[in-house]
Amino acid sequence: MNKQIKFYGGVKLDEGKMTSNEPIISAPLEPLYTVPLQQHIGAPAKAVVQKGDKVLRGQLLGEAGSFVSAPVHSPTSGTVRELSSCLGPAGAQLPAVVIESDGEDTAAEPLPIFANWQEASPDELKARVAEAGIVGMGGAAFPTAVKLSPPPNVTIDTVILNGVECEPCLTADHRLMLEHTETIITGARIIARILGVKQIIIAIEMNKPDALEMMTKKAEGTGVEVVGLRVLYPQGAEKQLIYTVTGRKVPSGKLPAHVGCLVTNVSSAAAIADAVCLGKPLYERITTVTGTPVAKPGNILCRVGTPYSSALALCGGVKEDPLKIISGGPMMGMSVYSLDIPIIKGTSGILLLAADEVSQYTPNACLRCGRCNDACPMEMIPGILSSTIEFHHFSLAERWHVMDCIECGCCSYVCPAGRPLVQHMRRAKAVANATRRAAEAASKK
Amino acid sequence: MSEQTTIRMPDTSKLVVSSSPHYHDMGSIPKIMFTVLAALAPAVFASIYFFGWRALLVLSVCMVSCAAIEALLCRLMRRRISIGDGSALVTGLLLGMTLPVTSPLWMCIVGSFIAIGLGKMVYGGLGGNPFNPASVGRVALLLACPSAMTTWVTVSGCALNKWVVDATTGATPLELVAQNQPGPGFWSLFLGNIGGSIGETCTLALIVGGVFLIALKIIRWQIPVFFIGTVFLITGIAYMVSPCPKFNPMTHVLSGGLMLGAFFMATDMVTSPLNRKGAVVFAIGCGIITTIIRLWGSYPEGISYAILIMNALTPLIDRYTAGRPFGVARKASQKNA
Amino acid sequence: MIDIVMMTGTGVLLGLAIGLVVRYFGVPVNPLVESLNELMPGANCGGCGLAGCSDYANAMATGRAKPGLCPVMSAEAVAKCCELLGVESDTTEPKIAVVCCSGDDDHAAKQAFYNGVNDCLNAMLVAGGSKGCTYGCLGLGSCARACPFGAIEMLPNHLAKIHADLCTGCGKCYMACPRNVIKLVPRSAAKVHVYCNSPKKAPIKRTVCKAACIGCRKCAKTAGEGQIIMNGYLASINYDNPPAEGIVEVCPTKCLRKAD
Ligand code: SF4
Ligand code: SF4
Ligand code: SF4
Ligand code: SF4
Repeated sequence: MNKQIKFYGGVKLDEGKMTSNEPIISAPLEPLYTVPLQQHIGAPAKAVVQKGDKVLRGQLLGEAGSFVSAPVHSPTSGTVRELSSCLGPAGAQLPAVVIESDGEDTAAEPLPIFANWQEASPDELKARVAEAGIVGMGGAAFPTAVKLSPPPNVTIDTVILNGVECEPCLTADHRLMLEHTETIITGARIIARILGVKQIIIAIEMNKPDALEMMTKKAEGTGVEVVGLRVLYPQGAEKQLIYTVTGRKVPSGKLPAHVGCLVTNVSSAAAIADAVCLGKPLYERITTVTGTPVAKPGNILCRVGTPYSSALALCGGVKEDPLKIISGGPMMGMSVYSLDIPIIKGTSGILLLAADEVSQYTPNACLRCGRCNDACPMEMIPGILSSTIEFHHFSLAERWHVMDCIECGCCSYVCPAGRPLVQHMRRAKAVANATRRAAEAASKK
Repeated sequence: MSEQTTIRMPDTSKLVVSSSPHYHDMGSIPKIMFTVLAALAPAVFASIYFFGWRALLVLSVCMVSCAAIEALLCRLMRRRISIGDGSALVTGLLLGMTLPVTSPLWMCIVGSFIAIGLGKMVYGGLGGNPFNPASVGRVALLLACPSAMTTWVTVSGCALNKWVVDATTGATPLELVAQNQPGPGFWSLFLGNIGGSIGETCTLALIVGGVFLIALKIIRWQIPVFFIGTVFLITGIAYMVSPCPKFNPMTHVLSGGLMLGAFFMATDMVTSPLNRKGAVVFAIGCGIITTIIRLWGSYPEGISYAILIMNALTPLIDRYTAGRPFGVARKASQKNA
Repeated sequence: MIDIVMMTGTGVLLGLAIGLVVRYFGVPVNPLVESLNELMPGANCGGCGLAGCSDYANAMATGRAKPGLCPVMSAEAVAKCCELLGVESDTTEPKIAVVCCSGDDDHAAKQAFYNGVNDCLNAMLVAGGSKGCTYGCLGLGSCARACPFGAIEMLPNHLAKIHADLCTGCGKCYMACPRNVIKLVPRSAAKVHVYCNSPKKAPIKRTVCKAACIGCRKCAKTAGEGQIIMNGYLASINYDNPPAEGIVEVCPTKCLRKAD
């Protein structure tokens, strides 16, 4: 892999990965965990516990609500204080289970361990992935078990593990690849077994040479291929990653499965390995707490339900007041206004930005400079689209493929007029989805 | 003190929330506009050097009146006063550079009014204008006061000690070649030791500024390269067919407004196509129209017209050069276009 | 002379041609549709659920829709329509929209400064809007832009205000509001409203909004049986049996107010 295909557009970012060399530290027990029942895309989990119930670490709190859903497990042992709702990172109220820790952290009976997973049947393994509540841990949090059940008319021949971590500042996956290399490789092989796939590729961006080297060394003789990719944002976006690694273009509106690929995050792969080999459901993850205002940025192994404030306190609090607090990375993360939000399965980072690092959106008109055109990895025309959307011509925007936008943020990043392009795209997508749902509801009637 | 009390937690009451992305390359419209102004500085110096200090007066009057008119119109239209973005200054400077050094000052002000008022503000300000405002101003003046706009002084070397060079009227190289007389030699053309509008003569200074802008990725290299290349190619072919001074490609490329137009006016972001493919089409179109006007039209110069005509075609070019989004099949995209 | 003949001849010929085209290719206009069209308000608001006034007129004439769906038409106009169509008149109760929130900038805390597109729907996509109360009005005017009658005024301290005299109850704002704080209520019963939309527990509400309904039940106790219903911590008016206007006196937070 020396000559790689380059996807169109993209931007070179200041990486700001100041926590690459910070080993993962485990967060101490919290007195209170607020575990949202919806930490994934799809239907929320249905609570199976009641107020006052005693729960153990790893015990089921909520079962999958529908096919596209994932169960939620208790992060520690204690008592269910209440079933209520809490603020999620996207600003919506999420149903949640509040658990008062008893300080014992007693583990529940683990799920039955597959001592020899090479022998286990793919269906059993897939059921385990579903049971353990594993979701895509790169941010979107799509239930992994659903991903592992491709539609019957496609065959998947390549599994790509995404260790690109192209978002600046975040290093959670990087540290995981360094410290839990073997777990990831095992996870990759389990996925391959579930899908009956031979070709397994782990993709890592070249700015993590240590992880690349470590992974290559450990992958020897396991049939797993490790590739180093050019540093260009958004290299880790699913469609761009598949294109770079295999040269296949995922058609508009289709899933990677249609070109025979499955992409999953390295953290999810590690979680799968843990679920299969240790019987451990997904109730903790590595979160990078970083940003210039943070006193001691670091990578922290947090239980799901830990409030952001505790994670930040563990990093020594702040040196200066931030202007923005972001859940996720600087390019695709969501800005939040509260530190009471709990860490969930998809929280890859908590980023604080100081006042001088933030530029404000302005109501300027588009200059037609075309920079967004050159930067958009989906080869769209963000400037024109945004003007269209500004005047509420949503159906026109949809005809111009606004639904293909991956919200990577390259266009807003380069726009000299400071237009909130991505927000416009998201608005148009929200409107299009709502229209579609309304049409579906109407046709059912 | 215990560990607990020393931890400072952020004050969440003054946070800002906004849509992703939270990073920005920190570029802005004023940054672009002031860089363009900086890129024009060498040409301004060259013009003072060859034409005398009145050149500076003309340029300043144009810039100041453009800014003032924009402020006034914003005020009348009850909009945010937008002169801070610097685009009015760029328009004023470019307009001034296309005027002869002897232009009366009232003409500068009228030109600025047309450029800013009719060229930009009536379309809603920066970003909405279909035509390059400076070209609009220049063309309007050319039509309204043809004699004042084509009175050229003779240039002979350094004029830094003069208010304005001696007002003996001369002809521009393009006027000479239009009458089929040999134009000045290469070095005069290249350095700008020739008659013409204030900012158009010194090719060297303009190229320096243009390359600076290309290096900073403020303008697309495709536009100047293909624009100038097309002019060179067509005149070159004509010259090979009939080698008379009228078709001399060197004079055509190095004189008149080509350098200024190709590097600074055709590349105006607002009025040129969005993507690279479109830019090439646009530039070739400009080149063809310019040469046609110069060689076979009744004007010796045609840059402004060429740019305006291609400006008008820009939406069309954009529409036909827009690429297909990643993963969209060719058929589907055509059906929807 | 020749000119005049030529011109007249051309005129006559063209006139004939047009006449023939209309005769043979013209779309016959149903006189019923035409007279219905005259009764339509012409606002094209879409409140009837069809694509506009003339679409609705067509639909009525062809029996696809009933008269009385238009929220704007006067009762007499509806009665005339029924007469034209020869059907029993059954008019729906005219509606009016109410913004059920008191949380303007003076009462409800803004948690953060929102920087982005000035529209409620866009703001919802960013941290769910920066208002502490996740149920209240964002005050960025999506509803006002959606209102075809200009009945919604955006108060300078970020709250939408509906002018009852202009509101026709078409429901456009109700559809546009991402927070669902706008309710459509029967016009005749719209005397007092609970200007609060948050079902959260009172202490939580109070930390983010000074004007929230605290669920103290005073109003429900004072009012007649079934006139005010408590939904957990939120009082709601039973518009089928509205309480008297005097009830507003008892509310400690003044979120129960006369219609403004
Ligand atoms: S956010 Fe969407 S429109 Fe903007 S660059 Fe990314 S894919 Fe293109
Ligand atoms: S980058 Fe901004 S100003 Fe330039 S074309 Fe795109 S939207 Fe317009
Ligand atoms: S009522 Fe709804 S749409 Fe209107 S301003 Fe308030 S939140 Fe926005
Ligand atoms: S009196 Fe006011 S605060 Fe009390 S329940 Fe009624 S509306 Fe709510």
